[in-house]
Amino acid sequence: MNIHNEEQEVATEPRFVIKPKDINDEISWAQINEDVLRSLERPRALYWVIFFASLGLFCWGVYCEIYQYNTGLGVAALNNPQVWGLYIATFIFWIGMSHSGTLLSAILLIMHADWRKPIYRFAEAMTTFSLMTAGLFVLVHLGRVWQFYYVVAYPSERWTWPNFSSPLVWDATAIGSYLTTSVIFLYFGMIPDLAICRDKATGVRRLFYRVLSVGWKGTDWQWANFRVTYLTLACLLIPLAVSVHSIVATDFAVSQQPGWHTTSFPPYFVAGALYSGCAAIITLFIILRYTFRFEQYMTIPILEKLCKLTFAISMVWTYLNMIEYAAVWYGTDPVAKQTLIFRATGTYAGWWWAMNILGSVVPFTLTFKALRTHIPTMMVVSLLLNLGMWIERFMIVTPTFAHGYYPWTWNDHWWPNWVQIGIIAGSFGWFTMLFMLFCKIFPSVSMYEVKEMVYHRSQARKGAALLAASAPQPAKS
Amino acid sequence: MSKKSYILALFNDFEAAARAIAALRESSLKGFKMRDVTLKSPIDHPECAAELGPRPVYIQIFSLIGALLGSSLGFLAISSAQANFLRQPRGGFPIVPVPPNMVITYELFILTAVFFTIISCYVVFTLHHQKNVLYNAAISVDKIGILVKAEPEAIAGLKDIFNRHHALEISEC
Repeated sequence: MNIHNEEQEVATEPRFVIKPKDINDEISWAQINEDVLRSLERPRALYWVIFFASLGLFCWGVYCEIYQYNTGLGVAALNNPQVWGLYIATFIFWIGMSHSGTLLSAILLIMHADWRKPIYRFAEAMTTFSLMTAGLFVLVHLGRVWQFYYVVAYPSERWTWPNFSSPLVWDATAIGSYLTTSVIFLYFGMIPDLAICRDKATGVRRLFYRVLSVGWKGTDWQWANFRVTYLTLACLLIPLAVSVHSIVATDFAVSQQPGWHTTSFPPYFVAGALYSGCAAIITLFIILRYTFRFEQYMTIPILEKLCKLTFAISMVWTYLNMIEYAAVWYGTDPVAKQTLIFRATGTYAGWWWAMNILGSVVPFTLTFKALRTHIPTMMVVSLLLNLGMWIERFMIVTPTFAHGYYPWTWNDHWWPNWVQIGIIAGSFGWFTMLFMLFCKIFPSVSMYEVKEMVYHRSQARKGAALLAASAPQPAKS
Repeated sequence: MSKKSYILALFNDFEAAARAIAALRESSLKGFKMRDVTLKSPIDHPECAAELGPRPVYIQIFSLIGALLGSSLGFLAISSAQANFLRQPRGGFPIVPVPPNMVITYELFILTAVFFTIISCYVVFTLHHQKNVLYNAAISVDKIGILVKAEPEAIAGLKDIFNRHHALEISEC
């Protein structure tokens, strides 16, 4: 190529590519405050519909739990070999949901992906509440709730020290650590916004926000320490999140049950966790966007990015799912292979195929721009993906118990009864109720980070405009 | 020595605030030190804050101390608890099983680091907390504030500098 041609190419090359905006960067900071603070005052009527519906579900769940507590686990159709039923499957589901909050808030923070800023707060809240919900199932599945302390590492004068070699003790430690860290991370990231609430609120609410904002005045000292602390917490949270679901997977993988004794279980669980969490974020994104009138912050370009991220994770999950099948198929455990065949062709075949279709085929809808920018479609797709991921957990737990090593334990037609279904529905009510309460009391969009986003983008736009003005004009042919 | 006063100037943007800070630094005004100048802003702006000079942050050191303490004490606590059960039959298994203890140690490593991080940050916030000092709620909305602690005789000069750099509002106490 000669010099003349090179010059021509440079001259005709587009210098500034206009990308679709994630957020309107001309919005004023005062407007951001006003819009987000309004969400604490006047949500749409749908908010109350969701809140009271979830409260109703929660009450039903509490009734079922009281009935089960008083009567015994038998009323929940739990007996050998089906000793866990839906409880542990749903426990894994809720633990999984908690991972995407960490993904959005911590991993994307470290990667400087600023599109996360308007949506990470509610994802973090989702993490916290789903962990709280998951913790309930540890209690519920025991039946004898008062014996919970057996899984906690504490010194006992009766010499019944917990077995530290048991993954159940690791589980209790890991989930406890993750819940504590998530709450701290969620709260700490909110401090500047709590100060904004404090400055606007009156009466008791002002006192409430004043206590929580720990004297935040936005000084350079505070910002410098805040920045470092937040980043440090993010770095600590990521390995913790990975360890939690790996340990939950280890609960299964270290056992001898057919279908569970697989080394790929921990990464498979982590990928499934991120997948279901991302799908749940899309669902909540759409609900909050409408309920709190956050159309300016929870924009379609951000939804698109979320969908692309979900699709990528769904493919990782699909791959690990296939690896798990392959490991069993080509492994040396004939019973594990029989259990796999039972899953695909036995009583639960419909659920198995539904899991694979919902988990691996439905995500392809996310590859079509027309679909992933269509909010009602994405609402349905995100719910289907989450249904698929819930079925995945059901398929991990139930068929293994129904078709284990001993034929005399086989119970191919086990199905949960109304008590279990009531408690599961109650857990969804509990989660949604807490989440909706959070969004009414605390800002669910991070005001200061959206301001930063708007500021940096407007500065970049100004810089690009200056550069464009000073750049030599391409020669006219 | 006379009691020090505070003066708070509000600016519309970071550029104006940075220019005002640069002017404070270059001025020959007596009665205040640059370390007594504080920038207050609704967002983190390290570039503007850098005009004030170095603001060292030591949080990570506390995180590291917490992580090391948590992991070592955690491992020791679990192991010593297990060793207390020498009389309990172990069936040939080790009294202190290292791999499972490492899992719990790992969790404690992170948890203690998190606690130390948050506590140290809270201590720093408390140490730098300026009680009953000028504050304007507009700072949490969209204005940038510069707060200076100075001798009363320097206040007039500071006001002059702020006015020259288009301060929107100046208050003192």
